[in-house]
Amino acid sequence: MPETIKQVKEKIANSSAEDVISSYLEKIRRSSINGFIYVAENALDQAKAIDSGNNGGALAGVPIAIKDNISTIGMPTTCGSKILQGYVPPYDAHVIERLKAEGAIILGKVNMDEFAMGTSTETSYYGPTLNPWDTERVPGGSSGGSAAVVAAGEAPVSLGSDTGGSVRCPAAFCGVVGLKPTYGGVSRYGLVSYANSLEQIGPLANSVEDIATLMDVIGTYDHRDSTCVNRDINYRSSLEDDVSGMKIGIPKEYFGEGIDEKVEEKVWDAIGKFEELGATYTEISLPNTKYALAAYYIIAMSEASSNLARFDGTRYGPRSEGENWHMMASKTRHECFGAEVQRRILLGTYALSAGYHDKYYLKALKVRTLVKEDFDRAFSDVDVMMAPTMPSPAFKLGEKMEDPLSLYLSDVNTVPVNLSGVPSISVPCGLADGLPVGLQIIGKHFDEAGILKAAYTFEKNTHHHMNTAGEVI
Amino acid sequence: MVYENPDGVMIGLEVHVQLNKLNSKLFCGCSTDYHNDEPNTHVCPVCMGLPGSLPVLNKKAVEYAIRIGLALNCEIIEQTQFHRKNYYYPDLPKGFQTTQYDFPIVGNGKIVIDGEDGEHVVRITRAHMEEDPGKLMHIGHIEKSKGTLIDYNRSGMALVEIVTEPDMRSPKEARRFLDKLRNILEYLDVFNGTLEGAMRVDANISIGGGDRIEIKNISSHKGAERALLYEIMRQKNLVRRGGTVVMETRHFDEARGVTISMRTKEEEHDYRYFPEPDLVPIRVSDWVEGIRETLPELPDARRKRFVSDYNVADTHAKALTSDIRVADFYESVAKEVDPVIAAAWVADILKGELNYRDLGISAFKVEDLVEIIDLVTSGKITEKSGVDVIRTILDEGGSPESIVEKKGLIKVEGDIVSQAISESLKENPEALQDFLAGKEKSLNFLVGQVMKKTRGRADARSVRELLIHEIDEKYR
Amino acid sequence: MITKEEVEHIGWLSRISLTEEEAVKYATELSSVLDYFNQLDEVDTSGVDPTYHVADLMNVFREDEVSPSLPQEEVLRNAAEKKEGYIKGPRIM
Repeated sequence: MPETIKQVKEKIANSSAEDVISSYLEKIRRSSINGFIYVAENALDQAKAIDSGNNGGALAGVPIAIKDNISTIGMPTTCGSKILQGYVPPYDAHVIERLKAEGAIILGKVNMDEFAMGTSTETSYYGPTLNPWDTERVPGGSSGGSAAVVAAGEAPVSLGSDTGGSVRCPAAFCGVVGLKPTYGGVSRYGLVSYANSLEQIGPLANSVEDIATLMDVIGTYDHRDSTCVNRDINYRSSLEDDVSGMKIGIPKEYFGEGIDEKVEEKVWDAIGKFEELGATYTEISLPNTKYALAAYYIIAMSEASSNLARFDGTRYGPRSEGENWHMMASKTRHECFGAEVQRRILLGTYALSAGYHDKYYLKALKVRTLVKEDFDRAFSDVDVMMAPTMPSPAFKLGEKMEDPLSLYLSDVNTVPVNLSGVPSISVPCGLADGLPVGLQIIGKHFDEAGILKAAYTFEKNTHHHMNTAGEVI
Repeated sequence: MVYENPDGVMIGLEVHVQLNKLNSKLFCGCSTDYHNDEPNTHVCPVCMGLPGSLPVLNKKAVEYAIRIGLALNCEIIEQTQFHRKNYYYPDLPKGFQTTQYDFPIVGNGKIVIDGEDGEHVVRITRAHMEEDPGKLMHIGHIEKSKGTLIDYNRSGMALVEIVTEPDMRSPKEARRFLDKLRNILEYLDVFNGTLEGAMRVDANISIGGGDRIEIKNISSHKGAERALLYEIMRQKNLVRRGGTVVMETRHFDEARGVTISMRTKEEEHDYRYFPEPDLVPIRVSDWVEGIRETLPELPDARRKRFVSDYNVADTHAKALTSDIRVADFYESVAKEVDPVIAAAWVADILKGELNYRDLGISAFKVEDLVEIIDLVTSGKITEKSGVDVIRTILDEGGSPESIVEKKGLIKVEGDIVSQAISESLKENPEALQDFLAGKEKSLNFLVGQVMKKTRGRADARSVRELLIHEIDEKYR
Repeated sequence: MITKEEVEHIGWLSRISLTEEEAVKYATELSSVLDYFNQLDEVDTSGVDPTYHVADLMNVFREDEVSPSLPQEEVLRNAAEKKEGYIKGPRIM
């Protein structure tokens, strides 16, 4: 059974961190969903240290799973890629330092689409992760491992990263809560970059409260990330069961064509619930939404083509034979990057190359401005926006592997958020054909408080979060 | 006289200046003091390009870039940012160089140099900040090497790249420009030119309006002059044989003194510049006036001040200010002794002796020179002995006092000199006869003989007078 | 849209050595994606500035202070080949 931080802490108080961690490790050992790429050898030692020490941290003894693109001292960090096989970082990401300082115990590193490029966790070099609700289906991606292990009860909480929906999508597909913080809200120091200007590390959990608790830990200012914004936010203080007077915007472009009817139905039910609880809603328009997807992919691929240039077999990772350095690098990259990563690097290189820079890259950044302006305009009238996180419930393994474009299209409701940098949370809002549906709540810049309050109130007044992969209520 | 520039030579330079007076690198806290250390010991996740690391800009590097811009009479841009220059090379740990592109921090300036025909203006197009790559060592020759060894200690060092217009008309002018630039940068205290790799130069040259050739990998001022002289000769020979010069990049092989074509597939570039998403824009226009106020005195101003305050000749002032260490040394000496005499000793004598031995001014102590000048001006030793003391200190060490004593250099007068004069005249009757017959030069010979007998301790001028007096008295 | 030759060229720029068949396959796949991207041509972006950064930040600096570097063995540990403190790679040309 999936647990919350509070439940874990109660167990620790009643027995010990060692007992709690060993039962999680046991669950991971018996797992059949391939969520973990690496299980921390020293987790039990850390638990014993917590039991014998006096760490009064907010997460003392609480186990957590970490997406494998977040750097961890002494633990492999592969990004789900062969090109980082065996790479062990000599430093911790900011979020890892913070978790350790608060007494959290890292259970291990969880699976992901290679370099976070995907919506299904099928592109991982370490094999696909399966959806605990239906093991013939994908868990979503790219933080598929982070969501699946939380849904399967193999970790109470996890960290993922969200470049175009990579926390919210798997959260929706696996029936857990996932937050994409405002750009600049969480330090990216130690997060292996896919698309720097779009992505943030975000928490996944079984409750909204746990999301707020994790944000209080990881969301502190860090001078090592020049794009980190120095703000003093107390996330937990926004956990209020009260949405009376809240104005909800319903962006019409996020509904209709391409969106599964049953998904829409669950989302409208949720909006009805908010109305019942004292909120009001109006339909709004974000007219440039239809161009957001193309703009997003051009920007992400362009940045990725440069970010992934450092993987050349020289300083870390495997190395192929080549008659000279350039051939060695070309062969290493050919042999160790998967097909989707190669596609995106090639497209990104093309979009930045002489003659195409203005047509693709610069154009996409201008469209980004329009998308951002859509949000700014709409948010002058409403407090939050609500929409389906994903157009459909989890799809079958292999279903979209052959057609990259159809996979890209499933990000249609999540990428505009990353283009504009605003925060967004996905919470479970019921089932469609026995599979979880995610409600996406989008907020204003640095108004995590607004969306956490809405999500918390929804959770307090519904039972959807109690549906679990093993047991539907 | 106007320089005709007979071959229509146009030379432009791109000078990479390492801001090695900073404590830390451009984007991380690694120390810049790596020159005597093991490879890969001044490296962190950021300058090693480890996955997940992020850059944070060194504030002082920006101040230094502005300082340089102001010293080169440039405009400082209102707002600027960093770009990524994407290319693959093993010394580049991220697969891109973080540099500036269309908004360099500094633009539009000039340096005045001593050109072929007097003062000559070299326009500065721009100057921008960027990070230095690591350092490669080829095992064997670059083209047939068995492998490459990489040291990332240099990776991430702050560079300012200064780009000129093609305003230099000869290799000599290019060298003069580099000397002047280096001197200014040292006055600014942003740069120590004596450290290895502190200044690296790419040169472009065209002759008679032909295609531009870029020469890379020049690591010294002398090297720049040699590379350009070679290139002019090569291009002229090529044209003479009926060939045409086509635009290309050539590599300077310092050991052989030749330039080599580098046309390979690896050299085809499409840098795909785009703004660095991990760094935010920089707006420093309000720093400029503050930095201008704290700008130190620059070489040209100091030269003028030496003329006006110390009353030294302009040629001396120029020689003394062409290296900040020499200028500082001179001013310390000039505080203790007559500045005009000090100027001659530093500029004419000491600098020559140091150059001859390939030594810097730091090899000599201010107090030693002051003591030597005092000994000479008070008449205790001769000027010639003073030079001897300088040479002895440089070659063997010791203090002026002990050297004077050990070598017995205290000036001799009276009986010893008179005796040496009468002996010399007796021993060299031919020279005496020649002089009496009107051969003035013979007197020099006789002076030399007297000096030899007194081991240089007599004052040559008074020996000369005494000799004439003695000859007039006794031999006419 | 994008030819096999162009794919080979960007493959070289990206240092990914592609086989003949891969270049052909990618040419088809990438063309359909580029076709989708081309819908941006419809958007009127005249007078619109590009958005490079969404965090509204300016002038983020660190002071010129030295912080510890990694020990040499940490720097070299992940490298495939090393020699006498250097990271070793194949010859350049």
